[in-house]
Amino acid sequence: MKLHTLFAAAVALFLSTEAAIAVEVKAAVLRIDYPSLLPISRYDLRPSDIGLAGAVLADEDNGTTGSFLGHTYKTTTRAVPPAEADSALEDMLTDGIRLIVIAARKEDLLRLTDRAAQNGALVFNATTPDNDLRSEGCRANLLHVAPSHGMMADTVAQFAVWKKWRNWFLISGSNPQDIALADAYRKAARKFGAKITEERSFEDTGGSRRTDSGHVLVQRQLPAFTQGAAEHDVVIAADETDYFARYLSYHLWTPRPVLGSGGLVPVTFHGAHEAWGATQFHTRFEGLTGRYIKAEDYNVWLALRIIGEAVTRTSSADPKTVRDYAISDEFELAAFKGQKVTFRDWNGQLRQPVLLYDGSITVSVSPQEGFLHQTSPLDTLGLDRPESGCTAFN
Amino acid sequence: MRHHFLATVLALLPAFPVMADKAFVSNERGNTISVVDTATWEVIHEFFAGNRPRGITASPDGTKIYVCASDDSLVRVFDAKTYEELPSLPSGPDPELFVLEQSGKRLYIANEDDNLVTVTDTDTRTVIAEVPVGVEPEGMGLSPDGKFVVNTSETTNMAHFISTDDYKIKHNVLVDQRPRYAQYSGDGKLLFVTSEIGGTVTVMDIAEDGTPTVKGKITFEVAGVQAEWLQPVGARVTSDGTRLFVALGPANRVAVVDAKTLEVLDYILVGQRVWQLGFTPDEKYLLTTNGNSNDITVIDVAKEKAIKSVQVGQQPWGVVVVK
Repeated sequence: MKLHTLFAAAVALFLSTEAAIAVEVKAAVLRIDYPSLLPISRYDLRPSDIGLAGAVLADEDNGTTGSFLGHTYKTTTRAVPPAEADSALEDMLTDGIRLIVIAARKEDLLRLTDRAAQNGALVFNATTPDNDLRSEGCRANLLHVAPSHGMMADTVAQFAVWKKWRNWFLISGSNPQDIALADAYRKAARKFGAKITEERSFEDTGGSRRTDSGHVLVQRQLPAFTQGAAEHDVVIAADETDYFARYLSYHLWTPRPVLGSGGLVPVTFHGAHEAWGATQFHTRFEGLTGRYIKAEDYNVWLALRIIGEAVTRTSSADPKTVRDYAISDEFELAAFKGQKVTFRDWNGQLRQPVLLYDGSITVSVSPQEGFLHQTSPLDTLGLDRPESGCTAFN
Repeated sequence: MRHHFLATVLALLPAFPVMADKAFVSNERGNTISVVDTATWEVIHEFFAGNRPRGITASPDGTKIYVCASDDSLVRVFDAKTYEELPSLPSGPDPELFVLEQSGKRLYIANEDDNLVTVTDTDTRTVIAEVPVGVEPEGMGLSPDGKFVVNTSETTNMAHFISTDDYKIKHNVLVDQRPRYAQYSGDGKLLFVTSEIGGTVTVMDIAEDGTPTVKGKITFEVAGVQAEWLQPVGARVTSDGTRLFVALGPANRVAVVDAKTLEVLDYILVGQRVWQLGFTPDEKYLLTTNGNSNDITVIDVAKEKAIKSVQVGQQPWGVVVVK
């Protein structure tokens, strides 16, 4: 307490034009670690601090800004197996934390969000792309930093249509997440005037992904699987579970570009993204962690920066004040994506550009030129106001 | 006959030497400085300027060119006549933009990666002070009386007013997203801060003792250009205080603003991703660096029209013109 007062006094000395009101911002990141298979590429191995590292950088960034205003930031991070998620949340709530970033699958995210709501806590979705969470399944205390399936699929669709690659061969995986993603691609095709001329499902038989001879089998299987498809300009892959799409590019029967879960992939951020000042962001992140940034790190950082921005402008860390400010017209935030990011006040989704990444560079960024919207071109990506069934924000 | 006439004209030329100024343009990706003759608007030289050269300025007498070699983490110095490299100045890590005080002695440098403003003595080539500021410091503006240096921090979104007496921050003013540049009016009574992502210029009244008060914001609108792409970056005010020019980045335009009424009067179409601006010493011309089209645009200040573009090196960033 004494220290706090002292600090506030020190800050007041520096500050003349902004009223210094000491605010202590307590936030938390809760990551659920699900049992998972190895990724197809070693480059996609999950670092043990994935997501959580974004919180370390966000606390530094917010803390530097806060030092001029008398605001301090402390973010607690927890990574737990699914069975311990509920008790981890209870701990956070007991500690008085009311601003919580969650990286978990849909069912867990919803259960935790509803529990958090009982204590008036605000939750940020850092990873889950399900469209339903932005529609009927939305929650008033849940803001989505992660782009939805719809935004990702629309990103790919706009680029394909801009290229005049209108005829699509859609190949989807057989797991529920793959099926949900394939559905987003069908909607995107309808929305932007592309045509799915052929559709096939590549069964997940649980085979070995990474054996020394894996490529031998793939080289025989995939051409046969893609043989005899109707005329198409591109292959669109819907493989959220990451078991086949990465192999498609050089193993198709008919040589065509691959987009979606393989080939040219929509991502919210990646470690080689340089434009719009991102280089200095990478420098800070890499200095802290010694590794390249992953989308989860970026999303967690962004969620906490949203909190930081709301606190900076409102001098309050109250979850309701933060939420109301975030979804208001006043809110805007720079996020190394070339334009301000803001929230959709009908479903709590963050409006943001989505990058198209080929594994080494940013190839393009959607929304693409020429896709217009009466509110913001960013609203051409994902569920627009009339399309969303969300009522919790009314 | 015509030949003969031309020969006569040519023979006369040396008798009336044109006093040409020279524009020095830093090329961020090309790692060079292009030198442009402002009488002929031709590139007369290009030389290695260090790695990732960005902010560029000149000594008050115009004999030395200073450039932030961001990836070398130092300020490189060149002779404006011979282009010879002179001893470098320490800058702290990743210098991006800087401002030199009127006497030419102290250089105030924004260290983008380190949340610092470094103050370097150009005579002794030593660091005098390091001032902690907000996240990603960039814009640097010096009050005409030399008492305050203003730094803008791009992620903290503040203008920090640093006293040049004790290097302490005396005022912090929140502005819109990603403040890029700070520019005082010639009389020191106004300060303009551009916000790239916010799309605005915050205008502050500056009191006698240097205290800022936000007076208003300038916003931009161009028919046929998405509002998102109107991103204010570099700015310059004419010394008579009548006009403010604002580079609008990916909108490929420079806004002409009445610096008294703050009304936007016109938009001048220039090259792609217009970044920083620089006047010729007589203020007859304003040069713009256009990062994506690798050229500079020459604007006739009185006519408020673009008259020429000159191809320079890769990704031009900043420009300074010396006599």
